[in-house]
Amino acid sequence: MRKVAVIGVGQSKFGELWDYSFRDIVLSAGIEAIEDAGLEGREIEAMYIGNMSGGRFLAQEHIAALIADYSGLAELHIPSTRVEGADASGGLALRQAYLAVASGLHDIVIAAGAEKVTDVGEKAVEILSSGLDREWEVFNGVTLASLFAIIARLHMDKYGTRAEDLAMISVKNHKNAVRNPKAQFKREISIDVALSSPYVAEPLRVFDCAPVSDGAAVIVLASEEVARKYTDTPIYISASAQATDYIALSSRRDFTTMDAVVFAAREAYKKAGIEPKDIDVAEVHDSFTIAELLAYEDLGFVEKGKGAELIREGVTELDGELPVNPSGGLKACGHAAGATGIRQAVEITLQLRGEAKGRQVDAETGLTMNIGGTGATAVVTIFRR
Amino acid sequence: MLPRFWRKIKYRYNLIGTKCENCNTYYYPPRNLCPKCRRKSKIVEVKFSGKGEVLSYSVIHEAPENMKDQKPYIVALIKLEEGPIITAQLVCDSSEVKKGMKVKAVFRKCGEEGSAGVIYYCTKFVPENL
Ligand SMILES: [Zn+2]
Repeated sequence: MRKVAVIGVGQSKFGELWDYSFRDIVLSAGIEAIEDAGLEGREIEAMYIGNMSGGRFLAQEHIAALIADYSGLAELHIPSTRVEGADASGGLALRQAYLAVASGLHDIVIAAGAEKVTDVGEKAVEILSSGLDREWEVFNGVTLASLFAIIARLHMDKYGTRAEDLAMISVKNHKNAVRNPKAQFKREISIDVALSSPYVAEPLRVFDCAPVSDGAAVIVLASEEVARKYTDTPIYISASAQATDYIALSSRRDFTTMDAVVFAAREAYKKAGIEPKDIDVAEVHDSFTIAELLAYEDLGFVEKGKGAELIREGVTELDGELPVNPSGGLKACGHAAGATGIRQAVEITLQLRGEAKGRQVDAETGLTMNIGGTGATAVVTIFRR
Repeated sequence: MLPRFWRKIKYRYNLIGTKCENCNTYYYPPRNLCPKCRRKSKIVEVKFSGKGEVLSYSVIHEAPENMKDQKPYIVALIKLEEGPIITAQLVCDSSEVKKGMKVKAVFRKCGEEGSAGVIYYCTKFVPENL
């Protein structure tokens, strides 16, 4: 396998982008990435697009061809492929692009993620639940939030995690997003505001839940040799790993552990030849605050059950020992389903290059963790300068 | 939307799942293949007693469109006495529900589909002493 480098990144704004169509959003991220890489369109050899549910959000399938077309690449006839794994679609697209370059098949490949959700209004939350087991979870009245709520209650009972700990994760991510010009919610919140917001699914409240957002992110990957021609600051992907688990939460081994994350992380650390303590910065899938807390444990940053200690002690704050979600995460930067896994990789690239401006942390090695639904799919990627 | 729900009605309405006779593990929802034994699976259908215990739960305040008239409602992770764990609605007062609570299955209206108002049913749970 060849070494793979990130040579360009771009992202749209995240949020309720009423004035922009799906095509507009993708293009704004794509142009930013291509300019960042200093590429010409004809140098792109293949594209992988993470998109969760174009069919239900837009009644538009065939997303990969559409994006290649509106990126001005139709007459180049390059292969363009959509990849789907619920809200892990972006992470999967990144992995496919990585494999295409690492294998020697292509030298320059685009990984993109995009979702336009606000056209369907309130239905967006229900569509997002199609990442669960529709027949045996959703049919019975279960929502995505209620499954994470069930997990949160178990974690509280078993390990003494408090609602305040979860609220602190939300407060941190909102604070970070203030420094991210692309973020959906650029305002700080207090812990009291978080703890007095209405319940969505007890014990989770509005401020425990990420929004459903519009947005897109694009990343350009190249082989090590080719990368040197385009950039003086290549960021290398030192490992990419993916795992699955039972789709329904009720079938899993342990409800307060995302085994797919544990397996993907273990494999990624092994491939990169590092340990969890070597990670300097991470972007993790905080679709709900409890998911970020589980990520601390399942990625091996702290032992099982002690996730709350990292937020209580400020370890994962922007100025902490291991900043998590410097972008503001899914909670405050926004969660544009299929775009999320790529957006996380964009943030880690900016951090490792030293281009994250007001939210810059000191880091040489970074990690992204992207899951689908309640964790039936997990993708862990490790980056280094 | 409806055919795929009808197809599983027998299992949904009667709490019928499966058992692998090779390893003696019970499954609900039913599985055609035992994840432990795979090709050695010996799957038979079983009807569960419907008795179980609450492992965890959530009171849902933000509900999808077809469930809005029922909110707030409770969903719980319930361990059936035969072993399998399922997620289902729990019909009781939210102040009453607690971890470890004994429950039993009942057959109830689950919701309505579309403007034609087709009613569909599913298995819910109530406190055992009810
Ligand atoms: Zn078996």
